[in-house]
Amino acid sequence: MGKLFRLFFKRSNWALPYVIFLVIFVVLPLLLVILYAFQDAEGNFTLQNFVHFVNQPEVTHTFVYSVIIAVITTAICLLLGYPAAYIMSRMQSKSAVIVIMLFILPMWINMLIRTMATVTLFDFMQMPLGQGALIFGMVYNYLPFMIYPIYNTLQKMDHSLIEAAQDLGATPRQVFSRVIFPLSMPGVVSGIMMVLLPTISTFALAEMLTLNKIRLFGTIIQENINNTMWNYGAALSLIMLVIIGLTSIFTYRDKHDDINDAGLI
Amino acid sequence: MIGKIFSRGYLLLLLAMLYAPIVVIAVFSFTEAKVLGNWTGFSTGIYESLFSGKNVLIMRSIENTLIIAVAAAAIATLLGTIAAIGIYNMRHRQRRIISFVNNIPMLNPDIITGVSLFILFVFMGVTQGYTTVTLAHVTFCTPYVVLSVMPRLMQMNPNIYEAALDLGATPFQALRRVIMPEIRSGMISGFILSFTLSIDDFAVTYFTKGSIGLETISTQIYADSRKGGLSPEWRALSTIIFLAVLLLLLIINYRSMKHTHAKHSAVRSK
Amino acid sequence: MVKSNYIIELTNISKSFGDKVVLDDVSLSVKKGEFITILGPSGCGKTTLLRLLAGFNTASEGEIRIGGEVMTDIPPHKRPVNTVFQRYALFPNYNVFDNIAFGLKLRGVERKQIESRVKRALKMVGMTDYEHRDVNSLSGGQQQRVAIARAIVNQPQVLLLDEPLAALDLKMRKDMQMELKEMHRSLGITFVYVTHDQEEALTLSDTIVVMSEGKIQQIGTPTDIYNEPCNSFVADFIGESNILNAIMVRDRLVRLMGKEFECVDEGFGQETPVDVVIRPEDIYIISQTSSAMFTGTVRSCTFKGVHYEMFVDTPDGYEIMIQDYNPFEVGQQVGMIVKPSDIHVMRKERICNTFEGVMVDPTHVEMLGGKFECAPVQEVQAGEKVCVEIDFGSVELTDDAEDGTVEGSIRFILYKGDRYHLTVRTEEGDNIYVDTHDVWEDLDEVGIKIAPQNIRIKPLK
Repeated sequence: MGKLFRLFFKRSNWALPYVIFLVIFVVLPLLLVILYAFQDAEGNFTLQNFVHFVNQPEVTHTFVYSVIIAVITTAICLLLGYPAAYIMSRMQSKSAVIVIMLFILPMWINMLIRTMATVTLFDFMQMPLGQGALIFGMVYNYLPFMIYPIYNTLQKMDHSLIEAAQDLGATPRQVFSRVIFPLSMPGVVSGIMMVLLPTISTFALAEMLTLNKIRLFGTIIQENINNTMWNYGAALSLIMLVIIGLTSIFTYRDKHDDINDAGLI
Repeated sequence: MIGKIFSRGYLLLLLAMLYAPIVVIAVFSFTEAKVLGNWTGFSTGIYESLFSGKNVLIMRSIENTLIIAVAAAAIATLLGTIAAIGIYNMRHRQRRIISFVNNIPMLNPDIITGVSLFILFVFMGVTQGYTTVTLAHVTFCTPYVVLSVMPRLMQMNPNIYEAALDLGATPFQALRRVIMPEIRSGMISGFILSFTLSIDDFAVTYFTKGSIGLETISTQIYADSRKGGLSPEWRALSTIIFLAVLLLLLIINYRSMKHTHAKHSAVRSK
Repeated sequence: MVKSNYIIELTNISKSFGDKVVLDDVSLSVKKGEFITILGPSGCGKTTLLRLLAGFNTASEGEIRIGGEVMTDIPPHKRPVNTVFQRYALFPNYNVFDNIAFGLKLRGVERKQIESRVKRALKMVGMTDYEHRDVNSLSGGQQQRVAIARAIVNQPQVLLLDEPLAALDLKMRKDMQMELKEMHRSLGITFVYVTHDQEEALTLSDTIVVMSEGKIQQIGTPTDIYNEPCNSFVADFIGESNILNAIMVRDRLVRLMGKEFECVDEGFGQETPVDVVIRPEDIYIISQTSSAMFTGTVRSCTFKGVHYEMFVDTPDGYEIMIQDYNPFEVGQQVGMIVKPSDIHVMRKERICNTFEGVMVDPTHVEMLGGKFECAPVQEVQAGEKVCVEIDFGSVELTDDAEDGTVEGSIRFILYKGDRYHLTVRTEEGDNIYVDTHDVWEDLDEVGIKIAPQNIRIKPLK
């Protein structure tokens, strides 16, 4: 009893259950993905899964295509989102809160329902489903993720910096290009990450928005897992994980705070 | 002035784009046509059919979604709050390592979380169903609870826990009477966030639901859309969910405004 | 067994966090009803000592007794002590009454009694009628009064106060000091008070414990500590002082600034290096130079309200601080006189740096977490442990931390009239002492270099 009490009394030990949980449900699964990726169905070590990936032009093409689509989506989100965030950051705080709420509101609705709504809209306007609908649907789904972090950094920006720049003779254009934009980079980077990561890996959206005509990399992973090709599926997941890991490492430091903020919407 | 009109117009345009699909769905939830886009006259038939519970698949998926969301959010809130208190009291290096691992589920795309957990359950030979889906949801919800509670702890005077012990409270009493009131708002927002993340999830659920026929709203819509047609009841359900969320946000906003207002006047009266 | 009349007894207490030793073999006894102050700069371990008494941390080694009972491992809620925290630590979710009643309620004291005791405690701290106020609406001083009331209402045997006045402004601090003293008198319980403010310590305490680097430097009454500091650290920390290197020629005769002075200290031996402390108000300054004990030129003269503070340069290059009611002109030749009893001689803690090192090869020694080149050593094998000595003046500090053989940061600066005596903490946590004429600032990051010929290697005894 005394021992248990002491263990409990030391509050840094309170994280212990969660640490165990993280090891079992976060670290171990990722290690298993790596393990499975280098095994064949019998559990022998092999590189065959990766050779298979490189030798299947259909799969490699899909991979490249997915990345391109994700980059296009992210770019459009940035082009549309930055001005919106900038405009909002200049508004009175009360009305800005309302507008930001309006942007976030659709995010609280199930993503598939939103996608279904997009499909409906395209049907309603008699536009064909396909690549255009896919990009529109993804932009529609992820635009708020771009706007919020940018708005956040712009809004937190010390206003006296802008005044200092004006005081030193900068024109409004120079104030923007020399002060505001560089200082908002952390928000831009985290916005890009928050759009790029999910768009690169999505599969359900693509199927619904293109009537299963266009397949993304996520779709291929999902098909392999569904068809008990676990090892190949794991290898494809690992490839995606490496891509994502590399992108996050470059941005991890800046991103940290904004992800936290975004989590608190 | 022109700039102002232009920028307002731009925001309105973007919002119109965001809301157009929802509006279309809401409008067409008041007509009975099976195929979307056909207007066959105003009717509340879809709503009646939804509430009559005739569409068993939809009703069951709603039920599953809510059960899993409540369970996952409750577990995540408990686990995450205790963990946050622990992490808060850790030394710097340990804290950094845990924060890093804590970030992984948030940075990982859903599909990776889903696939990796699927492989874990296969590896451990667990039959997938309610339990695995709930555990999976706890996995991606808890980091957000930790991040919601953490700032509250940081804002707290670090001595008040010790002050309570000093005045004769046991660690448990100190937690309940002093720490809990301070971090309650963080716990609540962590719970709400977890709840909505769980309801919203598709990919992780998809990979961990197993083959016992467990469907949530997301996976049921996906299954329906794969079969070709979505039942009209989804339109009614979406409209209701949208209005419910709108109402919830309005209430939260109103309350937080009232709260800050009360705080301001308290400061002023001083 | 005779019950000891000490309320607190600490025996050989050590505490480390990781590899960082915060308290190093501290022993201390406190009499019942005493007002004892633990005084020291930040990071000296004083707060840790208080936290060990309260039970928030447990000692790594040693024994703690409170009221004669062993409390070393007893959790805080079972100890007969209460704490007043620096940042008040009032529970923001409770009002004034509930904050003060917190401890009584937990103990299951009757409702009526709680009310009367809370009222009495509030009266004691001069906050009658504040029961129902929100604690967040109170000023800093009021919050601290509530925090004190919350502690004393439980009638602890010992009241622990952790820099309770540090967050208040000067005027409020002075008022509260008087009130605390009055409170101590009327309550009759033991106060253990932690502060870094020497003036506060001198004003309030029956006994002062001066701490530095996790060790007790001196224990004594305020007058003892001020008049007879036992080492240069205490002399520097308490009040203003001139601290100078000197040689004890023989009993009652000390040589400093190149001259011999009479003093009253004995038992240091002959021709022993010592530190000498002369308080600035103990030096008489006169315009004649013929009858003076030593002479100098006034370099600056500043009015300080009651007295003038002057810095005088002596011909041998020393800088002496003097306080006097009469001003002297800058540039004026002056003479100085010191009474023998005002020259305080203190034993030097060390006369050179001594480290344990390991020979890497005949011309390299590893110590302080770095590899230093040294003059060739014959009789010692590689890999053997050795004793390394380095004079204070032989250590070279570089601006750029990367330029040194090892890196360190400046932890303590002592001005010795003609040079600075620095304590530099290396990254490994060792202290190296340096004499220099260069001006450095506290916490500066520096590189540490030592010329090979200045490293003396001796076999380990």
